[in-house]
Amino acid sequence: MKQQAHKGYAPTVKWLGALFLLFSFLFSSSAALAVTGDVKSDVSTEFSIGGAIKQGPSNPVQGAVITVTGTDFTGTATTDERGKWSVAVPAKGEYTVTLDMATLPEGAKLKDGFENVRTVKIDKVNTVVALFPLEEVTKPGDKPAKPVQETNVVLSAILRGLNLGILLAMAAIGLSLIYGTTGLSNFAHGEMVTIGALTLFTFNKVMGLDLIISALLATLIVTAFGWAQDVVLWKPLRKRRLGITQMMIVSIGLSIMLRYFLQLLYGGDTKVLSQGDTWNIFGVLMQSVNVIAAGIAVLALLGFGWFLTRTRIGKATRAVSDNASLAASTGIDVESIIRIVWVVASALTGLSGVFIGLYLQAGWDTGFSILLLLFAAVTLGGLGTAFGAAVGALIVGMFVELSTLVIPADLKFAGALVIMILVLLFRPQGVLGRKQRIG
Amino acid sequence: MDFLSNALGELLTPMTAAYALAAIGIAMHFGFTGLLNFGQAAYMLVGAYAFSMSSLAGLGLWASVLISLASSILLSFILGIPTLRLRSDYLAIVTIAAAEILRFIVSTTGLEKVTGGSQGLSGFAGEFYALNPFPTGTYGFWAWTMDEKGLWVRVVAWAAVILGALFLAVMIRSPWGRVIKGIREDEDAVRSLGKNVYAYKMQSLVIGGLLGTLAGIVFVLPRAVQPGNYATALTFFIWTILLLGGASTVLGPIIGSMIFWVLLSLTDGLLTLGVNSGVISFIKTDQIGGIRFMLVGLGLMLLVIFRPQGIFGNKKELYFNA
Repeated sequence: MKQQAHKGYAPTVKWLGALFLLFSFLFSSSAALAVTGDVKSDVSTEFSIGGAIKQGPSNPVQGAVITVTGTDFTGTATTDERGKWSVAVPAKGEYTVTLDMATLPEGAKLKDGFENVRTVKIDKVNTVVALFPLEEVTKPGDKPAKPVQETNVVLSAILRGLNLGILLAMAAIGLSLIYGTTGLSNFAHGEMVTIGALTLFTFNKVMGLDLIISALLATLIVTAFGWAQDVVLWKPLRKRRLGITQMMIVSIGLSIMLRYFLQLLYGGDTKVLSQGDTWNIFGVLMQSVNVIAAGIAVLALLGFGWFLTRTRIGKATRAVSDNASLAASTGIDVESIIRIVWVVASALTGLSGVFIGLYLQAGWDTGFSILLLLFAAVTLGGLGTAFGAAVGALIVGMFVELSTLVIPADLKFAGALVIMILVLLFRPQGVLGRKQRIG
Repeated sequence: MDFLSNALGELLTPMTAAYALAAIGIAMHFGFTGLLNFGQAAYMLVGAYAFSMSSLAGLGLWASVLISLASSILLSFILGIPTLRLRSDYLAIVTIAAAEILRFIVSTTGLEKVTGGSQGLSGFAGEFYALNPFPTGTYGFWAWTMDEKGLWVRVVAWAAVILGALFLAVMIRSPWGRVIKGIREDEDAVRSLGKNVYAYKMQSLVIGGLLGTLAGIVFVLPRAVQPGNYATALTFFIWTILLLGGASTVLGPIIGSMIFWVLLSLTDGLLTLGVNSGVISFIKTDQIGGIRFMLVGLGLMLLVIFRPQGIFGNKKELYFNA
């Protein structure tokens, strides 16, 4: 998703600028002048990774989603009716190819000894095939009764949507809380999700710690990071009376910096975190760890709701969110409330990052790729209202998964964003927002 | 000294020109009207795709340009109608979301026949290069050596930038420009003078968007259209360029773009030199790209905190709390 055209990364000397461009001129213009027609006129389109996903020779899988990640490059492809897919990549080098298992037909399994994440290298040849051999399934002569399959598909989309929504809700509430109390649209929020997921990888997969301990440590690290962010960056900026637009752009800068720092530390590949056995819930296969995570997330959300409505600090938080100067005049220490908000929001976001890592796997840009979904959730629910954000996240999660029943899987995020824009058109204050906030 | 000439070569590349032109567009939006357009990538995408798709359909160069511009105006209406009446951060979120939606749509496999899917489109600029008046040969010197096609595309790109900047300068000095600056400073005051703020904002959105679309066309003339180029990072880079030069200035975006690309190329060259000679041992050459972007992020933060008016900006002119 974050890729720049001019960014080649040939392993030799990289002139991302002038020479690269001059080369492309030579190619593009001479080709365009010499032949009309569909001559590939750019050096950068020559590299691609492709393959075919099949359950046996005559049983191709349509609609499987494959993601290719390299340095500063992410591309996705969906298999066609012949099971074929292809992703154009900008340059030679190593790429990580991930097959989204959730997009495979039910019961589809990789052959023994193969994983759904592989690394391929483009070096001598420009087109590389990445294979994901599936266990062969012979096409049954009589197709299973269609209605039965349909309910399963719908139910599985609903359950997955619910799961995604609950996980998004925690991060969205974090975003919304910070927005509500400080007015900051924090574009670096996605990176907190990423840090949660990647530190989980470090503790759980690299250091081999127990999953629960790793999850707690990862959440703790994100919480500490949120606290430190407020101490080092945001509080001084508030003291300087930096405008909210400026703060927003600062957060964009921070997001870019953190994202590429994480890429430097962890590399551009996807870290597989999913583990545990698979449960059959009403005929839908879900990984046990994700179901348990969703349960914990619901508890965390309920606990947070209790905190916000029943405790003194929670009430003070809502007061600051409503009107900071009025809250200050009633004796609430606004700055310390904001500090608490940063800590609580980061804790929720960190936990969400851990769970999202388990659910979607972790990469250096995991958080950034869902950032807009979080903004959509917050906007849908009504900017700055915490419970609205949770409702919005559930809507977004459900919509993302349910939309795959009608639109191609690679458009599912787009669908959620379209819904957000439509809601703004007809109910700009969001589902739970109040009208005067939008003026 | 290779890296030095590479870096200085960036001064004139069509890419530098395209980014400058796109930044002039957001200078109109943000610097002069106070609109937070975080979807300049969407306008560039519309320019690139509308232009290349119409060219490939055989509509001819000028018709393709006109279709791109018409699509750009349409996009402005779609973005502006729901959001321009709302608080400014809504426009930011909607524009960034729209840019992503468009990128998802052009890269979906379902539309591969029309948009090329993740492969993108190429081979559409033939007619443009057929107009090249320069005879075959090598032009320029040292860092700025190029062939006739390179010269042609640079001449066109920079002519577009200069015309765009002149247009911006004329517009903001006109009565119309005073009104939009007034909207930037105090929307309600302008409204109380009987001006239709919404209409002015929409006009500004359309004009800045057209500049972004032109930038999109310039950007793809020397290369293929690839959907991955139109990610949010593109918009953020353009913002960095704008804020570097100065948001409320006419020349700021141009100088900003030149400085941005020269610095980016220079850090790349120096880091590569350091790694290859063993001075820098903690990174590998394929990690240099990432470090450059970390520096971009850091630079953006420092710029906004310590010099929000940019290099050329006037602090009084800067109204950041749009």
